Amino acid sequence: MNPNKKRLRRTMMFLNCQKPGLIKDPYIYKPDSIMLDLEDAVAEKEKDAARYSLYHALQEIDYRGVERVVRINGLDSEFWQEDIRAAVAGGADSIRIPKTESAEDVKMVEQAVRAAEEEFHIESGRTLIMAAIESAKGVMNCLDICEASERLFGIALSGGDYTKDLQTHITGTGVELMGARQHMIIAARAAGVQCFDTVYTDLDDMDGFRKDVETIHAMGFDGKSIINPRQISIVHDIYTPKEKDIIFAEKVVKEIDAKSALGIGVFTVDGKMIDIAFYDGAKRTIELAKASGVYKGDL
Amino acid sequence: MEILKPAAAGTLESSDAMVTVEPNDEGAGIEFDLDSVVIHQFGHQIRKVVMETLERLDVKDVKISVVDKGALDCTIKARVECAVYRANDQKSNLPWGGAIR
Amino acid sequence: MINAVGREIPEEILRITGKEVFQGNNYKEGVEFHKQGPIVKPVMDHNTSKMVGSIREALEKCGAHDGMTLGFHHHFREGDLVVNMVMKEVHDMGIKDVTICASSLGKAHDALVPYIEDGTITNIQSSGVRGKIGEAISTGKLKGLAIMRSHGGRVRAIQTGETNIDISFIGAPTCDDYGNCKGIGGKSDCGVLSYSFVDGNHADKVVAVTDCLVPFPNYPADVAMTKVDYVCVVDAIGIPEKIATGAAKPTTDVRKLMMADYCTQVVVNTPYFKEGFSYQTGVGGASIASAASLAKIMRERGIKMGFAVGGMSKGMVDMLDEGLVGKLLDTQDFDLFAVNSVKRPNHHRISAGAYANPFNKGSFVNKLDYVVLAALEVDTNFNCNVVVGSDGRITGAQGGHPDAAQGAKCTIVICPLLQGRTPAICTDVTTVTTPGESIDVVVTDYGVAVNPARQDLLKALKAADCVPLKTIEELRDIAYSIVGEPEAVQFGDRIVGIIEARDGTIMDVVREIKDYEFED
Repeated sequence: MNPNKKRLRRTMMFLNCQKPGLIKDPYIYKPDSIMLDLEDAVAEKEKDAARYSLYHALQEIDYRGVERVVRINGLDSEFWQEDIRAAVAGGADSIRIPKTESAEDVKMVEQAVRAAEEEFHIESGRTLIMAAIESAKGVMNCLDICEASERLFGIALSGGDYTKDLQTHITGTGVELMGARQHMIIAARAAGVQCFDTVYTDLDDMDGFRKDVETIHAMGFDGKSIINPRQISIVHDIYTPKEKDIIFAEKVVKEIDAKSALGIGVFTVDGKMIDIAFYDGAKRTIELAKASGVYKGDL
Repeated sequence: MEILKPAAAGTLESSDAMVTVEPNDEGAGIEFDLDSVVIHQFGHQIRKVVMETLERLDVKDVKISVVDKGALDCTIKARVECAVYRANDQKSNLPWGGAIR
Repeated sequence: MINAVGREIPEEILRITGKEVFQGNNYKEGVEFHKQGPIVKPVMDHNTSKMVGSIREALEKCGAHDGMTLGFHHHFREGDLVVNMVMKEVHDMGIKDVTICASSLGKAHDALVPYIEDGTITNIQSSGVRGKIGEAISTGKLKGLAIMRSHGGRVRAIQTGETNIDISFIGAPTCDDYGNCKGIGGKSDCGVLSYSFVDGNHADKVVAVTDCLVPFPNYPADVAMTKVDYVCVVDAIGIPEKIATGAAKPTTDVRKLMMADYCTQVVVNTPYFKEGFSYQTGVGGASIASAASLAKIMRERGIKMGFAVGGMSKGMVDMLDEGLVGKLLDTQDFDLFAVNSVKRPNHHRISAGAYANPFNKGSFVNKLDYVVLAALEVDTNFNCNVVVGSDGRITGAQGGHPDAAQGAKCTIVICPLLQGRTPAICTDVTTVTTPGESIDVVVTDYGVAVNPARQDLLKALKAADCVPLKTIEELRDIAYSIVGEPEAVQFGDRIVGIIEARDGTIMDVVREIKDYEFED
């Protein structure tokens, strides 16, 4: 398995490939991933121009370890095949498929990616895939989409188009996204892949944004799509385990290891009942703490 | 490659460059015009990048003008390539990693 | 001759100006001189009136002549109307070869360019020449040399007699019929008249220009009647919205906030941050954000600022209100909050000389702990360029930059690594304004560099592990790796201006710009 599949993706920041001023050093804002967009951000008659910008940006700009995801045009367009050629040749880390509605969509992209890797002498399997869910049909076919390819690392909700498909709109309460969010996180976990939430467009309402991120964090989402660097620190703050949680997780891991050697399956840590079921979650907390750069222990 | 018709790529936004190409008579060579906000510091570098890109694309005769607003090398390359390919109406099956490098 | 910052100063310039090359910040420490005084025309007769009906009448009565030097302040900033008003009359009177000695000139004075072109104005001495005047000087339109000096330097030059001001025009928001000038109480308030103190004391003739005549005595006065020859009432001396603006909105730009945060971390993790410390900041977005986050930490740790000095705005006034700072020493007001605060106890008006004159017995900048400054460019020797753009055009102003930088115990320069494609951190600045020996810390969005001469600060910041530390060379290398290595600006041969150091020696020269030529 491509080790990049499970990497930290708390924040995925959208960048318009056609705006050279913005793509020259996005890593300074420290997002986990950046999404170089060839789709909605680029006007129809500039789709070709965006590819050249994309290719050279991927080849020549130092992203210091930030993941480079490329959002190709829809599979109903005339652009997506050349988009994949340019992205894979450029060395993109992942391809984001917009408006994914079925497992066939994923397989079609996977085939094009495989062919491009071969054509451009890219290590086979290097390029990952993520699927954006933007419609009711996409939500219903979620599990199939998640399981459609070994390269698929996760699915992301595109709230704007999705709510239009439901014949409603973004209200700010989240109620119109509830169904999609719940369905998607369940499907993603069943398939063992990651799940990402939609963008929050009101940049003046940072309190609302924070509540939104707290909600999806509690629901189990792995991260959020970002449209402005100002949003990054809030997401990272919520997704970074707090010190007391890290200490607790450490205790849980160490105690479980120690107690299981003694044949003890259930015990208390800090007054809470702990058994083996807590092990994976505690380990994940430690891993997340490490990835966030706040872990100072010895596990 | 030949320049079959006039074409342009890029914008005049900060950090971008607008590149315009026009056909030139056979054997006339490359006529290069540069207007840049950082011409003193990067004039030679911009010219170098433009010439190298045209060479990789095997363009020998062209009138090319660049209005630069502080674009990095990668953006200048991208705009030159886009203008040249547009001048040839070629939008797919591009030689990524080959002539485009 | 090469000076102490490695800049070549042509012998010709040394000869014309009679100046020496810069030889280090404290070259003139303790070197005594005789302070010059003005020519004074006594007014004994109580029937003598100082009121004049127009600027022209004032000029005539003051004996305006070819080759004279005129003095102006820039407290009205981009809303100034005085300089243009006076120079139009000077021009219309057919006077030529005038030297303008202003504390600064800017976009408000674009109208002076025709007077430069036609020889009315042949010399300019100023802290800055923003706008079209800078363009005109850079394209060689000024017949004489432009002398760019700091706020402290202007006071020194006038007090030593190096510059003799024939007539100074002081735009006064309020004035009485005998010449007592104040910075508040009128229609075009600017708060303080700091830059005019030295003019009042040393100019041969002083004319107060006001748009708000008030009853005698307009006391306590910033410039007293005993120093003023004439009073002229006009319709407007400034445009209020451009003099003192509304409060600047705090920045939301993530990069600026990052740099502001680094700056605050540098302050609070260095040894001078303790009860009673002193501070100067600017009005850039990052500076204001930094002062705000500094205030937060001060509250948390119960540390109060002893005094703040320099240009004032809402942030500082709020800190005074809250009791976080003991005293404000004000040289310039940037917004209405500062202007209105000027009347209060503990908000003191100080002269430019008290603030920064290097040739008095000790000025406020010498007592500063921290100063936060901006810069156009910083090189690997920590020299700063504040005046000349990367395209060779004169575009900025020294202001109090070199003054505060030398005086402060910890001088911090905030500067984004890249300005468009131009690397702000470079191998050699285009022109040196402030020498590297005055600069202690450089804060960029890519990291923080400490001057190797300050191992004490470096040790403190390393121990605190609070900011990403890099060497200045590393920062330059990062910049060049992104944008490429820049070539030097191609200048013409003619020298159009000099950058004067605080002590009157020559820090650098500015040459005429010329069109770029490809070398083939």
